[in-house]
Amino acid sequence: MAQPRKQNEALYFMRRNAKLQIGVAFVFLFIILALVGPLLTKYQPRDYVAPGAQPPSSEFWFGTTSFGEDVFTQFVYGLRSTFLVGIVGGGLGTLIGILIGFTAGYRGGIVDEILNMLTNVVLVVPSLVVLLIVAAYLEVRGLVFESVYIALFSWPWAARAIRAQTFSLRSRDFVDLGRLSGMKPLKIIFTEIAPNMMSYLLLTFILQFGGAILTAATLDFIGLGPTEGMSLGLMMNNATTYSAIMLHMWWWFIPPGLAITAIVGSLYITNVGLDEVFNPKLRET
Amino acid sequence: MRRYFGRKLLIYIITFILAVTVDWAIPRFMPGNPVEILIARAGLKAESAKLIYSYYMKAFGLNVPIWRQYLNFWIALFHGDLGVSLWLFPQPVMKIIKQAVPYDILLLLPAILLSWLAGNKFGAYAARSKWLDNTISPLAYILQATPYMWLGMLLAWLCGVRLHLLPFSGAYSNAMMPSFSWSFVWSLLQHWILPFASLFIVQFGGWAIGMRNMIIYELEADYSHYLEALGAPRKLVRSYAFHNALLPQITGLALQLGAIVGGALATEIVFSYPGIGFLILQAIQNHDYFLLQGSCLFIIIGVLLANFLIDLAYVLVDPRTRVGMQGEG
Repeated sequence: MAQPRKQNEALYFMRRNAKLQIGVAFVFLFIILALVGPLLTKYQPRDYVAPGAQPPSSEFWFGTTSFGEDVFTQFVYGLRSTFLVGIVGGGLGTLIGILIGFTAGYRGGIVDEILNMLTNVVLVVPSLVVLLIVAAYLEVRGLVFESVYIALFSWPWAARAIRAQTFSLRSRDFVDLGRLSGMKPLKIIFTEIAPNMMSYLLLTFILQFGGAILTAATLDFIGLGPTEGMSLGLMMNNATTYSAIMLHMWWWFIPPGLAITAIVGSLYITNVGLDEVFNPKLRET
Repeated sequence: MRRYFGRKLLIYIITFILAVTVDWAIPRFMPGNPVEILIARAGLKAESAKLIYSYYMKAFGLNVPIWRQYLNFWIALFHGDLGVSLWLFPQPVMKIIKQAVPYDILLLLPAILLSWLAGNKFGAYAARSKWLDNTISPLAYILQATPYMWLGMLLAWLCGVRLHLLPFSGAYSNAMMPSFSWSFVWSLLQHWILPFASLFIVQFGGWAIGMRNMIIYELEADYSHYLEALGAPRKLVRSYAFHNALLPQITGLALQLGAIVGGALATEIVFSYPGIGFLILQAIQNHDYFLLQGSCLFIIIGVLLANFLIDLAYVLVDPRTRVGMQGEG
C-alpha cells in the first residue's frame, strides 16, 4: 500500500514546482523543434540556397551563412544530433556509472578497491584532451561513436555517487532480510536497492545528459566532431573560422549557442526541481 | 596523512602512466602507417615530404621492436623531447609549447582562483535570501550551462565589434613586439580582459550554485540547529556552515579542472589567444600530430600537478586528513 501513496505525493509536489515545470517545458519545446524542424525546411544543411550572408527574413528565418546555406536548416538538424549525443552519451555514461557504482558499493572489499581506483584514475584525466588525441587519429568519425567515447570518460562521478548511496543502503535491515532469505545479489540490487534510489538515478541521468551535450559541443567546436552531418558545435566552429563575428553575422553563431545554453540550463533547472520534489528537506524555505 | 598521500600519489602515478601510454599507443595501433598518413594529410612537396618521412620514421622508431619503441618514448619524454613540429617545421614541439604556456597561466590562474572565491562568497550570500535566490540562482544555472566558446563569441561581438570597447583577437597588438614597456603591458591587459571575463563568468555560475546548495544543506545539519537552539547569532551559524561547505567545493575544484581546461581551450580559439588551446587548433588544422600530442600530454601533466596541489591545500584546510580519519579516497 505504501507505494501508490508515495507516487501521489511526488506527483503533488511536481505540480506545485515551478522550476520543474519551466525546465521540462523548455526541454520539450526543443525536442519538438528537433523532431518537427527538419520537416519545415525543404533544404539540406549543406545546400546552397541563396546568396550568402543574408540577415534573417521571412524566407530564411535565421538568415544564411557566408556560403549561402540556410542557418535554420543547419540549426534544426544540429538540434537532432545534440539530443542524440545527449541520449546515447548521457544514457551510456549513466549505465556504466550504475554498473560500477552498484558493483563497488555492494560487493565491497577488493572489488571495491579496484573499481574505486579505476574511478579515481578516469576522474582526474582531463577527458576532453584524451578525446582530442583519439579523435585526431580517426579519419571517419560518426555521431554515435562520438557519444560512446564521451560516455567512456563521463561516468566516474556518477559511479562515485552511486557507490556511496549503495554503500549506505547495503547495511539496512531490509537488505539484510533479503540476503538472509537467500536472494541472489543481483536480485537484491534490482529489487531492494535500486528502487530506493530511483530518483537519484534519474537526477544522475539528467546531469550526464547535459554534460554530454556540452562536451560534444566543445569537441565539435574545436573541429574534431563527427565528420558527417551537422551539429550546433560545428555551426559555431564554421562561424568562427569564417569570421562571422567580424562580419556582424550574429544570426550565424547566436542560435546554436543559445539553444545549447537553453537546453542544458533547462535540464539543470529541471534537476533542481526534481531534487526538491524528491527531497523533503529542500522543499520549502 | 601518509596513507592519504600514498593513495593519492598512487592514483596520479597510474593516471600519468596510462595517459602517456595512450598517447604513445594511439598513433601506432590505428590502422595504416601513421607516418604515411601524416605526410599524405600534410600535403607537402615531394622533396620535403621525403625529408620529413625519413625524420618521422626515425622519430617513431618503427623499425625497432614494440617494447623498445615504448621505452624510447619514455626516455625521450624525460628528456623533454616531444618531437619536432610539422607546422613550424624545424622547431621542436617543446619550444613551441614553452612559448604558449605563459599565456595559459596568465589566463587560467586568475580566472580559476577569482571565480572560485567570488562564486563561493556570492553563493553563500545568496543562500536562504529569498529574492536573491529567486533572481540570481536561475541566472547562475543558465551561466553554468553556457558553452564557454559561445559566451566568448557573444562578448567578442558585443564588446569588440559592436561597441569597439576592447580588442578581441590575439594576446597583444599586432603592431608590437613583446617587451617590458608600459604600452605593451597595457595592450596585453586589454587583450586579456575578454577571454578572462568569459572564463570567469561561466565558472562563477557553477561555484555560486554549488555553494548555495551546500549552505542550505549545512544549515539543515544537526550542529546548525543545535547552535540556533543555543541562541547563537545567525552570522555565527552561517560562518560555520560556510567553512564546512568549503571542503566539498575544494574537491569540486579538483574535479572540475579537466572541464575548465577544456573550456579554456575553446575560449582561446575564439579569441585567437596564443595559448595551448590555440596551438591545438593549429595542430589539428595543419595535421601536426606531434604538436597535438605534445600539447595534450602537457595539459594532462598540468592537470595532474594542479590536482596534487589542491590535495595539499585540502590537507591544510581539513584537519581530519592530518590525523588519518579521512574516509574519502
